[in-house]
Amino acid sequence: MANLQSSFLGIKSPNPFWLASGPPTDKKINVLRAFEAGWGGVVWKTLGTQIKNVSSRYSSLNFNGKKIAGFNNIELISDRPLELNLQEIREVMKLFPDRAMVISLMADNDRKSWHELVKKAQDTGAHGLELNFGCPHGMVERGMGATVGQDPEIAKMIVEWVMEVAEIPVITKLTPNVHSVVPVGKACIEAGSNGLSLINTIQSVTGIDLDTLIPNPNVGGKSSFGGYCGPAVKPIALKFITTLAQDEATCRTPISGIGGIATWKDAVEFILLGAGNLQVCTAVMLNGFRIIRDLCDGMNNWMDEKGYQTINDFIGLSVPKLTRWEELDINYHIVAQINQEKCIHCGLCYIACEDTSHQSISKEDGYPYNTYNIKEIECVGCNLCKIVCPVDGCITMIEQRKGDEYLNWKEFQKRGLPLNDH
Amino acid sequence: MAIVNNRLPKEDLEALFSDIHPPFEHDEGAAIEANRCINCFDAPCTKLCPTKIDIPLFIKQISSGNIKGSARTIFSSNIMGAGCSKVCPVEKLCEGVCVYNLLKEEPIHIAKLQRYSTEKAMNNKWRLFERKASTGKKVAVVGAGPAGLACAHALSLQGIEVTLFEKEEKAGGLMTYGIAAYKVTPEFCKEEVDYITSVGGIDVQVKKELGREITLTELRQKYDAVFLGIGVGIARSLGIPGEDLEGVVDAISFIYNIRTSDYSKIAVGDKVAVIGMGMTAIDAATQSKRLGAADVTMIYRRSENEKPCTDAQFDLARYDGCSFIWLASPKEIKGENGKVKKLVCNKMKLGGPDSSGRRAPVITGETFTLEVDMIINATGQMPFEELINNSSIRNRNGKILINEAFETNIPGVFAGGDAVNGGKEVVNAVQDGKNGAKAILSYLGI
Repeated sequence: MANLQSSFLGIKSPNPFWLASGPPTDKKINVLRAFEAGWGGVVWKTLGTQIKNVSSRYSSLNFNGKKIAGFNNIELISDRPLELNLQEIREVMKLFPDRAMVISLMADNDRKSWHELVKKAQDTGAHGLELNFGCPHGMVERGMGATVGQDPEIAKMIVEWVMEVAEIPVITKLTPNVHSVVPVGKACIEAGSNGLSLINTIQSVTGIDLDTLIPNPNVGGKSSFGGYCGPAVKPIALKFITTLAQDEATCRTPISGIGGIATWKDAVEFILLGAGNLQVCTAVMLNGFRIIRDLCDGMNNWMDEKGYQTINDFIGLSVPKLTRWEELDINYHIVAQINQEKCIHCGLCYIACEDTSHQSISKEDGYPYNTYNIKEIECVGCNLCKIVCPVDGCITMIEQRKGDEYLNWKEFQKRGLPLNDH
Repeated sequence: MAIVNNRLPKEDLEALFSDIHPPFEHDEGAAIEANRCINCFDAPCTKLCPTKIDIPLFIKQISSGNIKGSARTIFSSNIMGAGCSKVCPVEKLCEGVCVYNLLKEEPIHIAKLQRYSTEKAMNNKWRLFERKASTGKKVAVVGAGPAGLACAHALSLQGIEVTLFEKEEKAGGLMTYGIAAYKVTPEFCKEEVDYITSVGGIDVQVKKELGREITLTELRQKYDAVFLGIGVGIARSLGIPGEDLEGVVDAISFIYNIRTSDYSKIAVGDKVAVIGMGMTAIDAATQSKRLGAADVTMIYRRSENEKPCTDAQFDLARYDGCSFIWLASPKEIKGENGKVKKLVCNKMKLGGPDSSGRRAPVITGETFTLEVDMIINATGQMPFEELINNSSIRNRNGKILINEAFETNIPGVFAGGDAVNGGKEVVNAVQDGKNGAKAILSYLGI
């Protein structure tokens, strides 16, 4: 059995799965249930100057009958009294001393407020602090949250204030509502942040009620941009954490991976692209804390199969496998192959290729089943047919190199090699 | 032993004759099923549909929440799409070739989805089609069954004034009078006819039979064209001694009576023999059982492999508790006091293939005898040969002959449906009606 124990910035937890700051971590009752279910740690919902939330806070994006491909919220930071939160944090830590307790913070934009909040938080005995520079709604209008995370200078200034008084590890949570997270990430590290966590939610409108014409979620006839999360944002999160893992200035800073993690496979992918641990929110909001069982079990089985003893054994292993486009090998060429034994003659590969790709599949009309074959000479190996095929292993991509040597685009141009003629 | 009615309490009869294909209970069910469809290109299901309904499209439209569009997609190919969703032998048509079968997975429930959209359209009285302005042309359609209704609707859309003649009291043809009540209820048949004719331009005249109240000569004089969708209707006789004994009935009349009367009034025997293994035979056997017959035995001259009904239809009879005797053919009916008492059957064996390609039954010389008090003959229907000959319409054994343009030997007289093909599915008749309408429009230069 692999060892799932995790130590992130020295904060120990029995597994690498923390609950991200959000509704599931906003009070004792939830957090106790999470710890009973087996969660490794929590990032307590963001504390700051107490706010008031609106009613009607979430909305979602359904796709082809599958509910909640994406999720959206306009909830703000904790709307409970600060002292009550701090008291509950102490109580929970007493009951579950082996779990990680990190507190998310978002103070008003002045040094004194941040100092006071940091001190109060660490007085609870919590193991770490997470600075919320990512919330994209509500707090933004007050110059907080994502507004901070979008400006490296402001972010740097606040981290510096925090580090003046922080006695426990500090993680800065970044917003994806930027063209790149690297400049802000760098600034926070320079200011002393011990780790980074990302991504926070992405500004979004999930949809509109076509009867009332009011976007979701409807708050008394109006809506507001919400923060997008859930399975749909995972690819974006993976890209952002990779950019930090690839940059010389940020690659040594531990990253807590967040964004659409719902299964152990998602979690493994985050670790392979550089995450040192994981934070989950939307998935538990949709299925409850019980999902921790398969998150741990699935990851454990995969690690056993691959021979990894600990999480550290595979952190970042896929990072070197993401490179710049111009480094890719142009001589690498694949063509699709249809296994006629497995084909169910649905024609999805054909129409996808014929209408939108390279007309590389032939159709031989049959009654009732047509036969489809690849025109290898036309096939560019785009993968589209394989992606739309409903049968696993029916379409495979076969390597047919255009040349033995590795040849990238720069070299291709330098040699003046011929471009396509049709 | 006796042939009596009112064998079961009213509530039991109501339950036994209620719809065997229940609809989706919730919209979510339809959405889940619709989303299971992978929307094949050049889909096998559509290819197998005689009316070529764009099935992937109508299912996609359910999935996207465009139910009105879904219903229009169905009805624009098959105006009896609602009825067909209940009576089509989908296991040998669309659902039988769904690609999920190749994965050994449950095929998409196409009929149930089709019913979902079409029932919504009918219940909400959605007006999905608009007639073109009147052309002033008049067409007589004879027979308000599936072929006639489809023809009338298609003609009306193009601005033709249609008069639809029906010999019975109600329109709908076999749908109304010849199919088991638990597949389509009488109320449904009426609603379907009303929905189809609500487009306007179709004057339905009931109790007008060709050769009696109306004649072809008269119709040709009064109308610019005529479409004959008169179906088939005369029960084939068994041609054996004792056929005139009390207790021998033909399946068509038996089912007709069920469709036109109260279930409690239909008399049925204790021990019933049903001759034949087609869909009508199944409907007669299962309904006998559901009316309270103690024993129902279906007798078929070939073996199970050659049976004309589908496995799904066969299962209906099987699960209703009917028995089956394969390779047996009625030889003689014996009576007592003028009433059926015994059925003597030849034991058969299979010989070489006949004209249908199936192995032909051959008499072995051995016989056996069944004690029965009722015999339902479901060996098929004959075309209205005399009527057709009297009207000087070219035919083969009573089946009307038409050219590629669906025109008979008489100019301006077109035909389709069972009257031409001798008896196929409702969906085939609908397609013939569409084709007939197209031919008539071309004949009229529209």
